Amino acid sequence: MDAILLQILNGLDKGSAYALIALGLTLIFGTLGVVNFAHGALFMIGAFCAVTLQKIFNLSYEVIDETQTDFLGNPLKVKTPYVESWFGPEMGATIIDWSVPLSILFAIPIMLMVGYVMERGLIKHFYKRPHADQILVTFGLAIVLQEIIKYFFGANPIQTPPPAALSGSVDLGLALGFDPNAIVYPIWRLVYFLFAVVIIGGVFSFLQFTTFGMVVRAGMADRETVGLLGINIDRRFTIMFGIAAAVAGLAGVMYGPLNPPNYHMGMDFLVLSFVVVVVGGMGSLPGAVLAGFLLGILESFASTTWATTTIPGINQIIIYLVAIIVLLTRPRGLMGRKGVMEE
Amino acid sequence: MSNKSVTRRGVLKSGAVTSAGLALPTIFTASSAAAYTNEPTGGSVTLGFNVPQTGPYAEEGNDELLAQQLAVEHLNGEGDGGCLNTFTSKALKGNGILGKKVEFVTGDTQTKSDAARASAKSMIEKDGAIMINGGSSSGVAVAVQGLCQEAGVIFMAGLTHANDTTGKDKKANGFRHFFNAYMSGAALAPVLAKEMGTDRRAYHLTADYNWGWTQEESIVASTEAMGWETVNTVKTPLASTDFSSYIAPVLNSGADVLVLNHYGGNMVNSLTNAIQFGLLDKVVNGKDFKIVVPLYSELMAAGAGENIKGVLGSMNWNWQLQDEGTKAFVKSFGEKYGKPPSNSAQTCYAQVLLYADACERAGTFNPCGVVEALEGFEFDGLGNGPTLYRADDHQCFKDVLVVRGNMNPTNAYDTLEIVEITPRAQVEYAPDHPMFAGGELGKCNPGA
Repeated sequence: MDAILLQILNGLDKGSAYALIALGLTLIFGTLGVVNFAHGALFMIGAFCAVTLQKIFNLSYEVIDETQTDFLGNPLKVKTPYVESWFGPEMGATIIDWSVPLSILFAIPIMLMVGYVMERGLIKHFYKRPHADQILVTFGLAIVLQEIIKYFFGANPIQTPPPAALSGSVDLGLALGFDPNAIVYPIWRLVYFLFAVVIIGGVFSFLQFTTFGMVVRAGMADRETVGLLGINIDRRFTIMFGIAAAVAGLAGVMYGPLNPPNYHMGMDFLVLSFVVVVVGGMGSLPGAVLAGFLLGILESFASTTWATTTIPGINQIIIYLVAIIVLLTRPRGLMGRKGVMEE
Repeated sequence: MSNKSVTRRGVLKSGAVTSAGLALPTIFTASSAAAYTNEPTGGSVTLGFNVPQTGPYAEEGNDELLAQQLAVEHLNGEGDGGCLNTFTSKALKGNGILGKKVEFVTGDTQTKSDAARASAKSMIEKDGAIMINGGSSSGVAVAVQGLCQEAGVIFMAGLTHANDTTGKDKKANGFRHFFNAYMSGAALAPVLAKEMGTDRRAYHLTADYNWGWTQEESIVASTEAMGWETVNTVKTPLASTDFSSYIAPVLNSGADVLVLNHYGGNMVNSLTNAIQFGLLDKVVNGKDFKIVVPLYSELMAAGAGENIKGVLGSMNWNWQLQDEGTKAFVKSFGEKYGKPPSNSAQTCYAQVLLYADACERAGTFNPCGVVEALEGFEFDGLGNGPTLYRADDHQCFKDVLVVRGNMNPTNAYDTLEIVEITPRAQVEYAPDHPMFAGGELGKCNPGA
């Protein structure tokens, strides 16, 4: 039982990333009708916002220490971060320690701007083009973006550790009545799951309970009619693109402590996220979230020793297997609606 | 009356025979002009450096390329000469190779076998490269080695750690200076026994491709030989980015050691995940839980950050060694590039010098002459102590390093500390060892 709970938890944090990326993809597809293959790159740029802020906080001045030597035998240049000299060693160290959560504030305006520029500068020119053209141009954009990141940050993964207070693991088993150490789980993975729940809840609330959201939903259902009412739906959809970019970016910011960011991480998630969208149902926001968590949990169980011993390779194909079954039995996906992506 | 008539078939037949007749002398002329593939005819000789310039190992490839460029400089008599001053063979004079200026071309392996073969093929066929060096993957090394054997050029492998490279996939035209998975196991086992005891239960997570399999096989064999029990061996897809679902079962498996047969991004992520799950804080079977990473690299250690503290592994070479060859190379590399070299850089640097030296000693660029000069060659002064290029399998035998993640690094470069320099004798094995069985070295191919 404890092993099952552990794998469900694993699936939830993996599913959180899938759900957040798929949510953004669905928002863009549902509003603008664009299949955005650069969405994984937005996730990656978000993670690198955290890397950037960490680097900014670690900007240092050098003092030569004659008592120590570097690898060539020259006097060692000791680096001291400016934040430590400005705010004192303790406060400075705390700021650096909390650089990932602080990156949320840093990333929101950047991601909104990136999304806005991407939509106005490139993607709007492809609204009336076939989906194949949209896929090609956004996929090309994704490659360009990851190469830019690689140019500035290199190909090696870069650690963005969580704050010390939120690192390490917690014994969840004790709270649930299991033996000690039965369900030990990393704190940051729980934080990531809760963060995803908050963001998903925030997006749904925004769409459900604000006038802006109501107009966007109306536009998603019938763009032409909303336009005929004198509402500038295009401007609202552009803002939704920015919000979708911010959701992907924040997912990336908080993902960094789970696995160190590298320039390729967007591509690692891209295909899986599209499968999530298709399984959930093209254009369905609840479907994207449901499918994200569902496939995350299934993938987690498929990676257990029992599963891989019983069906070798199941861990590598489970998501695609489920996608095939779902599409055969429910061609519109789990929560897809009639008329979306259909002639 | 003549019965002869002109038919279409007849014209084609006659044309083909005539063409073949005319072409015949040309074919013979072409093959007899060069005694071997890409025989240098002018005042220079071209080497091909095939390294990952894009993809996940691009940093490693860049470091290799820096070292290869440095080697070319030293061969051409530029810079401070580096290891030409410490190499026990004194055949190299800093005037190129056999009096010809050394030039180089580069290719991008992308850490993909097909891309690596394509770039090597292009360098051989279009640029006239006479030797291919570099790489950061065993899959790539085996693929390019096979190509070089067919093309008739020498392959001086870069970072390749799988037993297969000089085991079942060995080739007469291929040479490996880097150590291998068997040697990692042989070097690590005694240190693991000393530090962790002989009564341990190990759980292996293994990258699901040829390098991962051979490393797992080697480490399992060497640790079981000293009394450890292997609880489980789990293969993880190479494309995995998150290992939490593989780490979680370790917690309840009864294992007290986790062996990560991963490299590169896989290693960084699996180690990070293992630390997140608090494995190193656990006490299992009355013992502190331990993690072992059998193959380390400096660049991956930097990527893993604080997570590698105290974690044991092995390396081919480290810049902190204090022999004269290492000091000379680190000084040259450090002064030129402002950082110490990685062990993949060092193996590429050494391989370029070894190739050049073999050409000088053989008095020819002919691959068969080079093979003969390298086989059984004993040398020192390149940074790994006394070394033998064994004739049976073209594998270098030298000391192996056991290293540990530094608990108190003082700068960005001393992330690893040397725990032990395992003597060469301890990592040697018979050429027909079962882990290396199944392949034939074959005969050298001069090509042309």
